[in-house]
Amino acid sequence: MSSPALAAPATASERKPSSVTAALAAYRVPLSILALCLLPWLLPSKALAVNVLVYGVVAVGYNLLFGYTGLLSFGHAAFFGAGAYITGIAIGQFGVPWLVAVFLGILGGGALAFIIGGLTTRTRGIYFSMVTLALAQLVYYVALQASSWTGGENGLRGFTVDKINLFGTTINFLDPINKYYVLMMFAALALWAVSRILNSPFGAAIEAIRENERRARTCGYDVEKTKLLAFTLSGLICALAGTMSALHLAFVPLDVLHYHTSGMIVMMTLLGGARSFFGPFVGALAFLLMEDVFSLWTSHWQIIVGSIFILFVLFLPRGLWGTFLEKAVR
Amino acid sequence: MDTELILMQLFSGVALGAILVITALGLSIIFGMLGVVNFAHGALFMVGAYAGLWVASLTGSFWWGLLVAPIMIGAFGMIIEFVLVRPLYGRSIDDPLLLTFGLGYVLVEAVRIIFGSDGIPFPTPPQLIGVVDLGVGFFPIYRLFVIGLVILVLLLLWLGLEKTRFGLIVRAGARDPTIMRVLGVDIGKVWLVVFGLGVGLAALGGVLAGPMRSVNPEMGSLVLAEAFVVTVIGGLGSLLGSIVAGLLVGIAISMTALFAPEMATIVMFALMAVVLLIRPQGLFGKLA
Amino acid sequence: MTEGSRNITRQKLSRRSVLAGFGAGASYLAMPWVARAQDEIIRIGFPTPLTGPFAAEARDQVKCAALAVKQFNDKGGINGRKVELLVRDDKLNGGEAATRTLELIEKDKVHAIVGALSSAVQLAVNEVTRARGIIYVSISQSDTINEVKDFSKYTFHEALNPHMTTAAVARHSFKKGNKVAHLVADYAYGHEMLRGFKRAQAQIGAETVGEILHPFGAADYSTFMPRLRSMRPGILCISNFGRDQANSIKQAVDFGMKQQMKIVVPVLLHNQRLAVGPDVYEGVVGGANYYWGLESGNPSAKAFNDAYRDGNRNAIPTDYGAYGYTGVSSLLLAMQAAGGTDTEKVITALEDLKYDVAKGPQQYRKCDHQSVQSVLVLESKKAASMKSEVDLFDIVANEPASTDLLRSCSELGFPA
Repeated sequence: MSSPALAAPATASERKPSSVTAALAAYRVPLSILALCLLPWLLPSKALAVNVLVYGVVAVGYNLLFGYTGLLSFGHAAFFGAGAYITGIAIGQFGVPWLVAVFLGILGGGALAFIIGGLTTRTRGIYFSMVTLALAQLVYYVALQASSWTGGENGLRGFTVDKINLFGTTINFLDPINKYYVLMMFAALALWAVSRILNSPFGAAIEAIRENERRARTCGYDVEKTKLLAFTLSGLICALAGTMSALHLAFVPLDVLHYHTSGMIVMMTLLGGARSFFGPFVGALAFLLMEDVFSLWTSHWQIIVGSIFILFVLFLPRGLWGTFLEKAVR
Repeated sequence: MDTELILMQLFSGVALGAILVITALGLSIIFGMLGVVNFAHGALFMVGAYAGLWVASLTGSFWWGLLVAPIMIGAFGMIIEFVLVRPLYGRSIDDPLLLTFGLGYVLVEAVRIIFGSDGIPFPTPPQLIGVVDLGVGFFPIYRLFVIGLVILVLLLLWLGLEKTRFGLIVRAGARDPTIMRVLGVDIGKVWLVVFGLGVGLAALGGVLAGPMRSVNPEMGSLVLAEAFVVTVIGGLGSLLGSIVAGLLVGIAISMTALFAPEMATIVMFALMAVVLLIRPQGLFGKLA
Repeated sequence: MTEGSRNITRQKLSRRSVLAGFGAGASYLAMPWVARAQDEIIRIGFPTPLTGPFAAEARDQVKCAALAVKQFNDKGGINGRKVELLVRDDKLNGGEAATRTLELIEKDKVHAIVGALSSAVQLAVNEVTRARGIIYVSISQSDTINEVKDFSKYTFHEALNPHMTTAAVARHSFKKGNKVAHLVADYAYGHEMLRGFKRAQAQIGAETVGEILHPFGAADYSTFMPRLRSMRPGILCISNFGRDQANSIKQAVDFGMKQQMKIVVPVLLHNQRLAVGPDVYEGVVGGANYYWGLESGNPSAKAFNDAYRDGNRNAIPTDYGAYGYTGVSSLLLAMQAAGGTDTEKVITALEDLKYDVAKGPQQYRKCDHQSVQSVLVLESKKAASMKSEVDLFDIVANEPASTDLLRSCSELGFPA
């Protein structure tokens, strides 16, 4: 990163915030965590609530790169999947304690993001999207072939965590409520971290790059290094979500690495609103809730979900949360 | 490995590439002229196959299906452009992407509701059943026909774009829409036609693929990925690029099938990664 | 573990988790969460891929499972308790299936799970039910699930497995001295089928002249055909599933392969045959767990078909549909024998159960809980000799139920 002294104020989003949005912005982390605490009691099932946590964290982490840095990656399934696989393999095949396995998963996913980011952040626009897609597909392929490690197409299994030790107490991790609140702590940590990143001079730097790369370069930012760092941090957060997913389901399906997963992450982010901190989380919630509710109701749920997407793009382009914030300004 | 087998394999690759070319071309035209990343392209390919089958069963002839379905679905593409995509011009590139993604869902599900989720048999036209001895091995007549037809369509496209006034406007419009408007050209009409043309090409690809594969609601999802890969390797918006890249990918797949068959799907992604890392704008793309 | 004791532990644990500092909100809201009264209705969870490429098979499964439930309810239920089937869409995705299974167990409090239509989804469900002590009757082909590593005493495997399927198919389609070329989908299902075929070939004395692994889910197989032809086999053995099977057979026929060799598949799929048509499939030989044409000599098949025809406008049940019927029926028969839903009692009842509900006698083997059952070997008819729309296959052989077709318990890693 370039010298923080040069961190010019963000050029965009200089709209005058109302008191509501100002309050939302100032207390965004505590407010988000409060929302997370209530979530399992508002959703149809606890398992769904944990999925919302997982995909909410993925989307927020992804948005660090997409919404704030302006890079549309189609390869984030790789980091999400890497986190899940590494955690599962560490627990199941090496008997590593779960918390250590989580850290290994985050580090491994982050390292992969650093490598893929190093190769791709030099390309631009839709080409960047496509190289990330291609490299992520290679990761999928490696996982398919390395079946003695990953279980191949059958999926990774045999690492159920049924009890965990936390703060000197043994907790039954099979209990959905316990599982939710333990994993919620990780989600809260991720939200806090992303918020800190965005409030730092680095946060200003990535937004400057998104708004105008050439100007950011003239201002003295090292654009390449900043992009790579944003890519890696975003990958780290997605890897964390992957480890959460592994602990939740005690199973890693190969599909987690497929480009459909990457596509789903993009769609969740856009649905919630890519230009806001909490929007992607709301997007993940809305996406999963829609699928859950409509798929119970009819096996043709995809036509409803698809139509909702179309209506959203046409009439609510800022996404759910973005539109809500906009209305709150008035 | 004997030469006959390698030649034969090369030929399979070209036949495979022909379908890739026709589908990727549609995607590339739409992106090149309109800047729209059409995520419903695979679904429209599939809808094209169903439309072809439907027309063929009504008329009793594959040839009517081949002729009418691309025009029908192309017209449908124009409606999509006019009603759904047009309001999004001037907004970010993500908006049409998200919209067409949703549209893909809707189309696939609509086909499931109308035609059922099982596949439907799409018989090879009786005139084209059988194999022919190429000297190096036997090859299905139908696939030869596909190669020939794709070459014909490419020629027509080239003539249309290079030798007509409309082609001139399209090429100029892709470069600078504002100037075209200043010059009094109704650029909206051009976009309408271009979108319809791109969608029609996807539908043509679908009808052509029908007799080779079974027709089913999911047949477009793999095609979408393949078309993207080809378009990007060739350079987005470059028609020549799509043609070269389509053949390249087809041949790469068939050669991999010979030496490391289980890698036949992944090879196109590997090829794309290598090309883009060396030449970030694709083989024939212009730097932004 | 019984319903009551599970709820008590859960209460204790939720109190403990409050002590651990999980916030007052959790404990307050956990209050209404007291043990329910004795359940009246027996709930069976049924995850199956209602959307995606196997939707047709999944719909048949649901119809057949619902038929089994209806038959028990019409006869007064299990000890007077009605049975309810809770169908969920697993989207053919392991993660989705695990989530749905968790919901079924945690929220809907199901007493058992039946379902799945792919090896991966089945193993995902198995992982969830194994950890929570819930009975699971799996109805999709897999060799892996029989092996000791994935064994769960709560899981019963109703579907055929690749080993027994290929053993039966090879016995009736390979001969000594045959040359066999294999085209195999590159994932667990394909690998397991290939392994089974090669083992059977070794016994029969049929030679393998080559094998090609193809990417799973490929749409085009033309690039494999020249090399397969150059191997000059007498039999082309295609081990893949669903649309892959339809596409690869169709393209092999396009390349004129059928004039020179016989095509054999491990499982001859009813719906794929319908999707591609009689001309393409004509003469293809493969195995099946069920075919409606069995009814001419088999009273249980006749009864099953008739019951199904009654509720489904004269349609006939398909192969994968039958798994839904036999799977749910065996579970409900065992619950009847056990006098309720007590997990340990139902497990014992399933292990002791001898049932014949659709295709002849079946029984779960004690060591791996694999259903020992007959395997049909079918040949696809040509269009001219079909007597009706659904008259698709000739039954070449009905290999009787026998543990000889299975790998031995010790080979699977179970203690002798």
